[in-house]
Amino acid sequence: MGKYPTEPLKLWNKAKELRQKFYENYAKAHDKGGLRYAGGAWTFDAVPFGLGQDVYSLTSEPYGASCAYNKEFSLRCLEAAEGYGYARDLCSYMRNYWGSILINEYAFGGPFPRPDFIWQDHICCSHAKWYQTMSELEGGIPMYCVDVGVGAAPPFGQLKPHKIDYVAGQILDGIDWLEKVTGRTFNDELYIEACWNDFRSTHTWAKVCELNQTVPASLDEKTLYSLYVLATLSKASKWCADFYEELYDEVKDRASRGIAAVVNEQARVMSDTQPPWAFLKVFRYLEEYGCVSVGSLYTFGLEGMWDYTEDKGLTPRPMPVQRPTSREEATRMLVDWHLRKPEYQHFYSPEYKSKLMIAICKQWKLNGVMLHYNRGCEGLSLGIAENRLAIQEAGFPVMTFEGNMGDEREFDEARTMARVDAFMETLGIKRVGRA
Amino acid sequence: MITAGIDIGSKTVKIVALKDAKEIVGQVMILAGTDVKESISKAWAELEKTAGVKPGDLAAIVATGAGKGDAVNARRTVTEVSADAKGANFLNPEVRTVIDVGAEEGRAIRIDAAGKVVDFAINEKCAAGAGAFTEAMARALEVEIKELGPLSLKSTQEVAMNAQCAVFAESELVTLVHAKTPKPDMARAVHNAISDRIVSMVRRVGMEEKVMLIGGVANNVGFLDSLQRDLNTTVIVPEDSESVSALGAAVLAAEEA
Repeated sequence: MGKYPTEPLKLWNKAKELRQKFYENYAKAHDKGGLRYAGGAWTFDAVPFGLGQDVYSLTSEPYGASCAYNKEFSLRCLEAAEGYGYARDLCSYMRNYWGSILINEYAFGGPFPRPDFIWQDHICCSHAKWYQTMSELEGGIPMYCVDVGVGAAPPFGQLKPHKIDYVAGQILDGIDWLEKVTGRTFNDELYIEACWNDFRSTHTWAKVCELNQTVPASLDEKTLYSLYVLATLSKASKWCADFYEELYDEVKDRASRGIAAVVNEQARVMSDTQPPWAFLKVFRYLEEYGCVSVGSLYTFGLEGMWDYTEDKGLTPRPMPVQRPTSREEATRMLVDWHLRKPEYQHFYSPEYKSKLMIAICKQWKLNGVMLHYNRGCEGLSLGIAENRLAIQEAGFPVMTFEGNMGDEREFDEARTMARVDAFMETLGIKRVGRA
Repeated sequence: MITAGIDIGSKTVKIVALKDAKEIVGQVMILAGTDVKESISKAWAELEKTAGVKPGDLAAIVATGAGKGDAVNARRTVTEVSADAKGANFLNPEVRTVIDVGAEEGRAIRIDAAGKVVDFAINEKCAAGAGAFTEAMARALEVEIKELGPLSLKSTQEVAMNAQCAVFAESELVTLVHAKTPKPDMARAVHNAISDRIVSMVRRVGMEEKVMLIGGVANNVGFLDSLQRDLNTTVIVPEDSESVSALGAAVLAAEEA
């Protein structure tokens, strides 16, 4: 008998089905005359929706993570990329992705489906080169990239009109480019609808994460990964926005009834950056101690939209008051919405990220923090050593472990578990077993 | 009341028996063979022979070390981090920084006045901060491991060793040999290199006086010299530096017996 009641998430199977369908739709896009494109999970995916309702995407990072989860497949992809000449210290998602192309195997079965075009944004150095290389490997694919490096935006900087002009202008030019490349006429109504779904998805995901402030936590981070991923796949789709609204209702109900993710919850932690996807058992191991990882800035903020203030901390950003009514207005709203994402800000300063992380520690009532020194992603690992010091200074114990989100060869399972044991001892947490 | 701590390491098995949480009444260390269970039995047999203490006499046993899961008669297990902290605190309550350099792991631990761990760092997949490194270097220099430390103290000039990896360091040593570098200088370079690795962990957790060095490599006077110069402080080395973890486990056993 556990300390708290628990029950499975009713929407679990639906989440799995939606994800599976997303990857199938991409592979089968051409069967009925549809289009498929590739781009990062951060890309302005609302835009290609304006080309029609039969345009399907493959977002790079979740695909890389899917590869990494299958150790045998991942190893073949990584070795193919390295055999081709790419260095082992490159982004591990990217190496998995390129390897998948080189061995011509899709992680979900069959040959790797070649996209018709690439719609990307440059959120980091790896993303900037990722699709250039992909295009070369595939013999040339039309590619459009939006540069988003405009400097810090609120809450840590200013979002002046010229910054929005810069990014919005590229998107509007990109729409002309998409029409030329695909031969289709851009539909502004579909585009505006997609923008609105993007706002819905990201606003609602933040609200779902906020519910995990309750004790006990209704969801654990391993479960959150299977849910946040839908926004990384297609945040601008109606199905994603609808699902998150349904999910919010279920999680709100769980929180109100005190339904726990970890029945013996006696300690709460958060992680950071992408986890080692091949070793998610680390989160199950925490449950031996009645310890729940309630989420992280990464899980909450990669797609969730938040506002941050010094006095209130992190709160889900409210939906825009009015729907846009024109292409230009939708584009400016979309740019403004995304550039103000807190997860963008820590690319500009570890200090910003520390503030956000400390806010999570306080608001989500944490006992400690587990930082993944993730060799697979330089972008999200930027400044993590400074974050450790800042979080400790704020009074929260921190443990670190080294690993790689997408390369299981760089993760030492036994020693990481030993570190977890030592960390639990420092927190005074004894093993209680999983009920 | 007698309690015991058993530290089942990769190279040795150590047991410390503690009376009334105050007095060490028995202590053994034996080489661990490939059969861990047999090594544990031998260690208990040795303790009975030398101190007259058997497992059945004990109020509680706590196990630590890489092989702690094999200590079937232990009430519970603890990590070496916690055991080191308690052991160091028992020996000297003024210690606030514990450095443990064993055969395969190096650890830096900051503790409070009660011997509770405040922060810790452990070397990641890297042998260059542990005893295995010095053993490899002793082989490359064709000296006995126990000669390596005193040899380094005879050094007259500092030679840089740039490799951050035990394997590459061995290659670098070969280069130094061909360059006719005096052996004492090479030995000192080896100790400076391992000290660099350890000190970076100490700085990560934050060094606070007093500092204690434990583990097998604490007996290496050359390493101690490099470490003290790097940290710019005097480092305490207890008499039985290899048994401090077992002692800490015995203290923890007493706390809950």
